[in-house]
Amino acid sequence: MTTILRTVNLTKRFPGVIANEDVNFDLQKGEIHCLFGENGAGKSTLSSCLFGFYQPEGGSLELNGEPVKFRSPRDAIHAGIGMVHQHFVLVPDFTVLENIVVGTHEHGWQLGLDEARKRVASLCREYEIDLEPDALVRDLAVGQQQWVEILKALYLGAKVLILDEPSAVLTPEESIRLFRIISHMKELGLSIILISHKMVEVMQSDRVTVLRKGKVVGTVCPDEVTPKELTRMMVGRDIELRVVRDRSNKEAAKEPVLVVGGLSYRDTRDNLMLDQVTLTIGRGEILGLAGVSGNGQKELFEVLSGIIVPGSGNVTLAGERIEGLPSRHYMDRGVGLVPDDRFREGLIPEFGIQENMILGWQRHDDYTQGPFLNHKQIGTIAEGLIDEFRIKAPSADTPVNHLSGGNAQKVILAREFVHSNKLLLANQPTRGLDLGVIEYVYKQIIAKRDEGYAVLLASEELEDLLNLSDRIAVISGGRITGVVDPENTSIEEIGLLMAGERKEAAE
Amino acid sequence: MGELFQEAILVSILAGMIRIATPILFAAIGELVTQRAGIWNMGVEGTMLMGAFTAYFIATATGSVWLAVLAAMIAGALVGLIIAFMTVTMRVDHFITGLGINLLVAGLTLYWFRMYIKGRAQPTFDGFDNVAIPGLSAIPFIGEILFDQRLLTYMAFAAVPAVWYLLYRTRWGLELRCLGENPKALDIKGLSVSARQYAAVLFGSVMTGLGGGFLMLGFSDRFLADITAGRGWLAIVALIAGNWMPRGVLAAVLVFALLESVATHVQVLGIDVPHQIFLALPYLASILLLMGLRRQSRQPQRLGIPYFR
Repeated sequence: MTTILRTVNLTKRFPGVIANEDVNFDLQKGEIHCLFGENGAGKSTLSSCLFGFYQPEGGSLELNGEPVKFRSPRDAIHAGIGMVHQHFVLVPDFTVLENIVVGTHEHGWQLGLDEARKRVASLCREYEIDLEPDALVRDLAVGQQQWVEILKALYLGAKVLILDEPSAVLTPEESIRLFRIISHMKELGLSIILISHKMVEVMQSDRVTVLRKGKVVGTVCPDEVTPKELTRMMVGRDIELRVVRDRSNKEAAKEPVLVVGGLSYRDTRDNLMLDQVTLTIGRGEILGLAGVSGNGQKELFEVLSGIIVPGSGNVTLAGERIEGLPSRHYMDRGVGLVPDDRFREGLIPEFGIQENMILGWQRHDDYTQGPFLNHKQIGTIAEGLIDEFRIKAPSADTPVNHLSGGNAQKVILAREFVHSNKLLLANQPTRGLDLGVIEYVYKQIIAKRDEGYAVLLASEELEDLLNLSDRIAVISGGRITGVVDPENTSIEEIGLLMAGERKEAAE
Repeated sequence: MGELFQEAILVSILAGMIRIATPILFAAIGELVTQRAGIWNMGVEGTMLMGAFTAYFIATATGSVWLAVLAAMIAGALVGLIIAFMTVTMRVDHFITGLGINLLVAGLTLYWFRMYIKGRAQPTFDGFDNVAIPGLSAIPFIGEILFDQRLLTYMAFAAVPAVWYLLYRTRWGLELRCLGENPKALDIKGLSVSARQYAAVLFGSVMTGLGGGFLMLGFSDRFLADITAGRGWLAIVALIAGNWMPRGVLAAVLVFALLESVATHVQVLGIDVPHQIFLALPYLASILLLMGLRRQSRQPQRLGIPYFR
C-alpha cells in the first residue's frame, strides 16, 4: 500500500476556536478511511482543508509524498481530489448533466453537452450508477441526487473521494446501495475518506481515525476494536444510550391520550403531505415515528400542535375533539412541541434565555403584572430551570444564539416540559447534538413518559427509536405505512416501510 | 377615440412603442443578467438617471452623441461598480444598496445639473436621427414601424436573442444561472463567485446606463430633473412579469411601451379623456401583471441573498 494523501501537524483556527490541532492523518491508496467524531470534533474542517476550501494555518499536506498547497478547491480538483458535501450543492432547476458540467472549464465558451453526455454515460456504466442525464435534479429522489454529487466528483477525475456523512439523508435501503457502490469504487482503485458518526458505517471501513475536539485521538482498524471502545474514544467517557426499557405501564398505555383519525393535509402548493393518517398514543407511551425526512413528519407535528389545520380528519386529546382550534388551545390543554428546527422554529435566537423560556406563555398570570411582564418573577423561574436542566450559560439574559445546540435545545425542553402535562411532541429532538446531550435528552423524555405523558418521538436514528419506543409508526409519502413493535421488528423491515412498502394493519 | 385606429395613427403608435421600449429594454435585459447572477439590483432607476445626465453633459459639452453614448455606458459602469462593491464585497442588503444609490444619484444629478446651467440658458443638443434599413424599411406598415428607427433601438432588440444565447448556450451563461440558484456549486469547484457577480452587475449597469443615454439622446434635446420618471422601476417590473426569461421580459417591456405610446398619442390628438389616466396605464398594468404572475415564479432561488462561504 502506498500513501496517497497525508497531513502533518495540520492546524486550522477560526476566530475563538481551534477546529483542527496538529492533525496527523494519512490515506492509503485503495482504502476506505473513516473520520469519526462528534459534531464540532473537526471532521468537516479537516476535509475542507484537504479539499482546498479552507487553508490551514499550520502544518502541511503531502500528496504522493510530495508537499502540496491547495489555495482553492481548483488546486485540489486538479490533484484528483473530489468532495461530496453533506448538504448537496446542486442546482434543482438544472439537469443532471448541467449540474455536472457547470464550472468545469474545458470546452472554451461552449457548453459541450454532447461530449459530456457520453462521458457521464460511460462513468455511469463503469460505476454501475443508474441516472438519466437529462432529468431535472429537482425531480430526483434524494438518493439519486447523491449519485449526481458523486458523478460530479468522478467527472472531474477524482482519485480520492471525500464523502461527508453521505447516508444522513438516505433510507436504509439507499444507504446499502451507496455502500455497495463505495466498495465497488474501492475495487476500481479509488481511495475514499468517509466522514460519519454512524457505527454501522464506521465498522465497514478499513481504518478509522477518531477526532475529538479538533485533535486526533487515534487511528485504528475497526475489526480490532469494539463499537464501545470506539465510542469511548470519540466521547472520552462511557455512554449508556440503551435506556432500560421497562415498558413501565402497559395498563396505563391502554388509556388513549391522543387519537388521530383519517388526517389529511394539502400544502399551499396542493401537494398531499398527509394522507389518511390514523394514530393512537396512550398514557405513558412513547410512539416512535420513523421515516426519511420530508415525508410528512413536519406536517404531522404541526397539525398535532394546532399550527396548521388539516383538510380532513379528527384529532382527539383526552376525549375532546380539538382539530381546527388555534394552537393556543392545544397549549392550554397540555400539548408541548419540540420542533425539528430549533433555532428557526423553537427559539428567537436574539432573545435571552428567560424570554425564550416563556415564549408563547407570555400572557400567563405567572409572568405578568397587569399589562406588564413581571421580569423579576420570570428571571427567578428561568434561573430555576437553568439549574434544573443543567443549561450552561453565563446568565438568564444570555441570548440563546450564544448557546451551543445542546444548551439551546435544553431551553426548548425546559419550556415545553414545564408548560405541558399530557402530550409531548418531539420532532428530531437530538438532531445534531453530541452523544452526551443526546443521552440527557432521552433520559428527560423517558422521565416524562414515566410521569404519564403520551410522547410522539420522531428521529432519523432508527437505533434510538428501537431502544426508546413502545411502538414505532413508519411514515412514507404522508401515509403511515405500518406500526411495528420494536421487539419484533428489524431495521430492514422498518427500512422497507420507510421506502413506502405497506404493511397490512397487524396491530 | 376612433382616431386611434386610423392607419397612419396606428403606425405612429406602434413605431412610438418600439422607440419607447428601447431604454426600458436595455435596462431590463441588463438587469436580467444581473439578477440571474443572484444580485437583486434595485438601483436601476438611479443608474439610468446617471446615464441620462452623463449623456446630456457630454452631448452638450462636446456636440458628439456617440461620445455621449459611450460616456453614459461608462457612468453606468461606475455606478455598477459601487453597487457590486456594496452587494458582493461588503454583502450589504441588496435592496438597501439600490435605494441608497437611487437617492444618491437623484440628488447628485440635480446638483450637477444646476451647477452646469448656472447663470446661462440651458444648452441643448441634436439627438439621434432615424436610420432606415434599406429595403426592409420600404415594406408597407411593418417597415415603417420596425425598420425606420434609431441605430440603438436595433441594438436593444438584438440584445434580447444575444442575451438568451449567452444564458442558455454558453458555459458563462450556465455559470451565471448557477450563481443565482446556488453559488456554492461554483465555489466548491474553485471558481470565484464574486468575480462573476461583479461582471454580471457591471454588464447590467452598462446596459442600464446605455438605456439612460438613449432616453436622453433619443427623445429630447435637454435634461430635466428626474427625467427617467420610473422607467428603471418598470424595467425591474418587466423582469418579474417576464419571469426572468428573455422573451418574457421583451413581451412585458412591449406592453408597457405600447401603453405609454398610446398615452402620448391620446394627448397629441386631444382626445377627451384626461391623459393622466393613460400616463398611469403602464404603472397600473405593471401592478396587475405582478399580481397575476407571482404564482408560477421562476425567480432565481438565491436572488438577493448575499453569499457567505
